Amino acid sequence: MAELVLQNVSKRFGGLLAVNKLDLEVPAGRILSLIGPNGAGKTTVFNMITGVYPPSSGTIRYKGHQLNHLRSNRIIAQGIARTFQNIRLFKSMTVLENVQVGLHCRTKSGAVRALLKTPFENREETEIIAKSLKLLEFMGLIEHRNDYASNLPYGEQRRLEIARALATQPDILLLDEPAAGMNPRETADLMDLILKLRDTGLTIFLVEHDMKLVMGISEIVTVLDYGQKIAEGTPREIQQNEKVIEAYLGTAAKAPN
Amino acid sequence: MDLTALLLQQMVNAIFLGSIYALIALGYTMVYGIIELINFAHGELFTAGAFIGVIVLSALQQAGWVESHFVLTLIIVFGLAMAYVAVLGVAVEHVAYKPLRNSSRLSALLSALGMSIFLSNGMMLSQGVSDRAYPQVFGLQAIEILGARITKGQIFIILLAIALMVALQLFVHRTRLGKAMRATAQNRTMARMLGIDIDQTIRITFMIGPALGAAAGVMVGLFYGAVRFDMGFIFMIKAFAAAILGGIGSIPGAMLGGLIIGVIEVGWAAFLPSAWKDVTTFTVLILVLYLKPSGLLGESVSEVRV
Repeated sequence: MAELVLQNVSKRFGGLLAVNKLDLEVPAGRILSLIGPNGAGKTTVFNMITGVYPPSSGTIRYKGHQLNHLRSNRIIAQGIARTFQNIRLFKSMTVLENVQVGLHCRTKSGAVRALLKTPFENREETEIIAKSLKLLEFMGLIEHRNDYASNLPYGEQRRLEIARALATQPDILLLDEPAAGMNPRETADLMDLILKLRDTGLTIFLVEHDMKLVMGISEIVTVLDYGQKIAEGTPREIQQNEKVIEAYLGTAAKAPN
Repeated sequence: MDLTALLLQQMVNAIFLGSIYALIALGYTMVYGIIELINFAHGELFTAGAFIGVIVLSALQQAGWVESHFVLTLIIVFGLAMAYVAVLGVAVEHVAYKPLRNSSRLSALLSALGMSIFLSNGMMLSQGVSDRAYPQVFGLQAIEILGARITKGQIFIILLAIALMVALQLFVHRTRLGKAMRATAQNRTMARMLGIDIDQTIRITFMIGPALGAAAGVMVGLFYGAVRFDMGFIFMIKAFAAAILGGIGSIPGAMLGGLIIGVIEVGWAAFLPSAWKDVTTFTVLILVLYLKPSGLLGESVSEVRV
């Protein structure tokens, strides 16, 4: 069953049609990649799903609930988490604090109770720290827990971004170019990590330029060009699709066969 | 009075004035940190706190509470002033800033100036244009330490100011809401992406900042003995300078900036012509900004937002 469904979704910025009547289904427990040339509208799709801005038309549904016009924090509460292309860590917080912020959206204590430090809130806080440490352990960041996020090496900052997104306890994780700027070793680690996450039951929705990563782990690949879906299929099907080759390389470079 | 006594005396005076500037500066810096707006109405919120303080304190004095329940009286006075101004702060945010959150910064700034004038005039109409005397509850009784005379009121105010700042630091670093506030200040889009309710976080900032300003207002009233509808202006300028000096957006920066300005002002006035003390304060501010434009503890790069 599809968890996340986009129906006829368009986004217009002034005169630019960034996404044009997109239909997309992200099935539960799978790895789906969205690829396309620069400016094809991939990040715009993520931004609409996570409520950075609403779609101009069409509907986005998650587990049957419509997400259009919901604020990001409400969308995240439904179990969708994401990372951004550029690293957006809370730089002057420690690694542990970064993850804790993500976990807080799952706590029950309201604003007033959090201030009053009731026994319930204290217990919850202890639980949060335990969960955060467990998550950092899983992500291989445990020895950095008390470092400031800005002091981490690049690859680990990327990992922390994913850790923080996971802290919101999502069912679906949107990764926006997670391999950007990574060396081959780090990319290989990232592939392992994504597969490991999928095996825990998490749905992965990936926007990525690194074709080795995309073709290596995706179960479904969707191709966008000028905001429109031009192809969808298994990595093998996509690699042989003429429209896709054209979009990436231009008509002149079309393979002779 | 020998030199040790003079130095000690001036040091106490400097810490006293500095902590009041710091409390007010915190309001500027917290609001700026979270929505990048200079809340020009903050000086008026400070004054409003001073007025609530004088109204409540006068009433309690007439009821004889100052003699019978001294500590309780102080708690009520500070508590009510801070609570009232916290509500006022949230109201100001809701009416004047929230509707403009997605418009240009200039509109919000103009709205802040308008709010400042509105509140100032409101207080002038309701409280009159003349000075209003604060009941002197601490008396003039002073403790002598090494020849310096320090009044009980001064000690109380300094301790309370320090306690409030420590409480703020604990709140910001140890609590869930505090972490949400720091996260929002560092990257609003990302904070929202982690499930943080930005509106609530902004509301809480507009409660805490003005409440600290209100406490400073009551302190000024208690110490100087009078309040007036336009007293916020000069304190606003100094506290604003303190926030900039420390690095706007930085909470420890506001505390440090407040203290430095207090020290400069008192130090200058103690040994050199006091008419020049404000000039000196702002000269130091200009020098610091010339050498380090982001302020002493400020971050040099602001993060790009979607």
